[in-house]
Amino acid sequence: MKPIDHAEASSHFIEAKAHLEFHDRRLWDLRVKRDRQAHNIPEWEELRNLASAIKEHTLSHLGDYLEEFEAKAKSNGAQVHWARDASEHNQIVHDILSAHGAKTLVKSKSMLTEECDMRPFLETRGVKVIETDLGERIQQLDDEPPSHIVVPAVHKLRGDVSDVFARTIGSEPGNNDPHYLAEAMRRDTRPYFLGAEAGMTGANFAIAETGSFVVCTNEGNADLSANVPKLHIACIGIEKIIPKFEHLAVFIRMLSRSALGSPITQYTSHFRAPRPGTELHIVLVDNGRSQRLGMKDFWYSLKCIRCGACMNTCPVYRRSGGLSYGATYSGPIGIIIDPAFDIRKYSNLPYASTLNGSCTNVCPVKINIHDQIYKWRQVMAERNQLPLVKKEAIRIIGKVLSDPRLYRAAISATGLAIEHLPRFAIYNWLNPWGRQREVPEAPKRSFRSWYLENRRRQ
Amino acid sequence: MSSRDAILAAVRANQPAPAPAIPAIPLFERTSRSFLDEFRENLTSMGGKLAPALDAGGLDAWLRAQFPDAAVICSATPEVRGTRPLDSGAPPAELADVDVGVVRAAFGVAETGSVWLSEKELQVNALAYLAQHLVILLDPTRIVGNLHQAYRDPRFNTARYAVLVTGPSATADIEGVLIHGAQGVRSLTVAMIPLG
Repeated sequence: MKPIDHAEASSHFIEAKAHLEFHDRRLWDLRVKRDRQAHNIPEWEELRNLASAIKEHTLSHLGDYLEEFEAKAKSNGAQVHWARDASEHNQIVHDILSAHGAKTLVKSKSMLTEECDMRPFLETRGVKVIETDLGERIQQLDDEPPSHIVVPAVHKLRGDVSDVFARTIGSEPGNNDPHYLAEAMRRDTRPYFLGAEAGMTGANFAIAETGSFVVCTNEGNADLSANVPKLHIACIGIEKIIPKFEHLAVFIRMLSRSALGSPITQYTSHFRAPRPGTELHIVLVDNGRSQRLGMKDFWYSLKCIRCGACMNTCPVYRRSGGLSYGATYSGPIGIIIDPAFDIRKYSNLPYASTLNGSCTNVCPVKINIHDQIYKWRQVMAERNQLPLVKKEAIRIIGKVLSDPRLYRAAISATGLAIEHLPRFAIYNWLNPWGRQREVPEAPKRSFRSWYLENRRRQ
Repeated sequence: MSSRDAILAAVRANQPAPAPAIPAIPLFERTSRSFLDEFRENLTSMGGKLAPALDAGGLDAWLRAQFPDAAVICSATPEVRGTRPLDSGAPPAELADVDVGVVRAAFGVAETGSVWLSEKELQVNALAYLAQHLVILLDPTRIVGNLHQAYRDPRFNTARYAVLVTGPSATADIEGVLIHGAQGVRSLTVAMIPLG
């Protein structure tokens, strides 16, 4: 398979000026709101340390905590299933739906079901799947994956949403009012909530001690999906486990503050046992997580609570859009997760970063994201996954930088070159750096020649 | 080998060297401000409303004035009779035509402006989501400072379903424009009414 070309894909995103400017501004606004919330909590850094310690402890004892969760969930009356990979997950879900004769599934947003590509699997088997988060529904109706793990349609403007809705749910063409569009979605979705035989949620956290799981939404759509139909299926990645409710407090205090800059989501919902007369099924999914747990440098990414703060702060993400990563997870967290799924396909992603470290600084669970990006670059070089142009350039740069004489010759030539070379030497297809950039004016002389001359004077 | 056993075996084979035990989680208590003031401020910042000072006897009249077009009012709390009794045995979808739901919260959280509800308070969980508007009664003496205190409440261990509700259903998925009433209730009002 050909590797995803993030730079090429983002060049299309960049061409749409109005979209690019909005995307950049909207996500930066979320980052600013996040800072305001964090600065209002004196113990914020202590919470980050605690969150990291809770996750590292749990992940290093994950086998025991998974068994504890399973035992409690079963004693609560839930049915627990285990899925090794995406296809087993999809099959389990389909089997549960078939056993109940369920033809319509209302669901809240779950990155795990995106990861498993569940929707097409169910739809080709005759199950109608309705995403009920507004952003996720927009993306479903437009047949696009989510571009952001928290705000799935953030790359679209109101006119785009209006076009999608006019085409798919019969809203008034050309009516771009966000209030009208949200209302159109509400009216279209409500009959599904009332009639669906089954509801599905993901989970933000699962509590080993009580067998509970926790879902955070702003729309209340997870609560509708779980509390109206007679069947509730929850799909949970095995890394979501934490030991106790007192630990949950640490994460809930930081999740929405980091994601959207609000003190909490409108709904933080805790499911422990099925409603009387209904069924609750929990599907625990591995899909590569147990393998990642054994990767010395990269298991820390399993601490992620999917807040998206690293994406909102990332200058590359904000100016390239989530879809250009060509993967379920985009932005800095995507860069360090995706290659673990497919090293060849995502071999270029670790270069979609300036290594500025902002992602690491805003991460509420203190994942060393930019270090991991750098380490993935090393892995790509070792595994011979570098594209030829990059490999040749790095080879030549390595040679020049390791030889002082070559370096000095190159530097004095560069000044001349930048002044005198025709533009095509810098702005050509071999040098993507030159796109969207102007070379700064080179100083008239090098530091070394200045130093030699001034030292001589002293 | 079953998938369960295969996953657990892979996890145990791969899990990193045991990280230290988790330190005790402090309560991070602060007493500089009144919980009630902080609750009010955070609730309104999340789009929730506060009813004016009322006593339980004035609730029905206030509801009528507040929601003059409401045909169906369903109450899960004895302070309000409503127009139709809540049937906890009926299918939740039957609440689709409820204009106003009324429920009493077990407690509130000052730090976030949230209220705590479970199946015991709601009687039918879907009441808090299918109704167009939600009115929540809260005893002003039952407000805890922050989420650390809230999550020590033992009712989390026994409730089948528990939710921290903070303002109405909301979305900003279209160009960041804040809209209330995305899928659930269009408005949420908290009335401070002491338990009788």
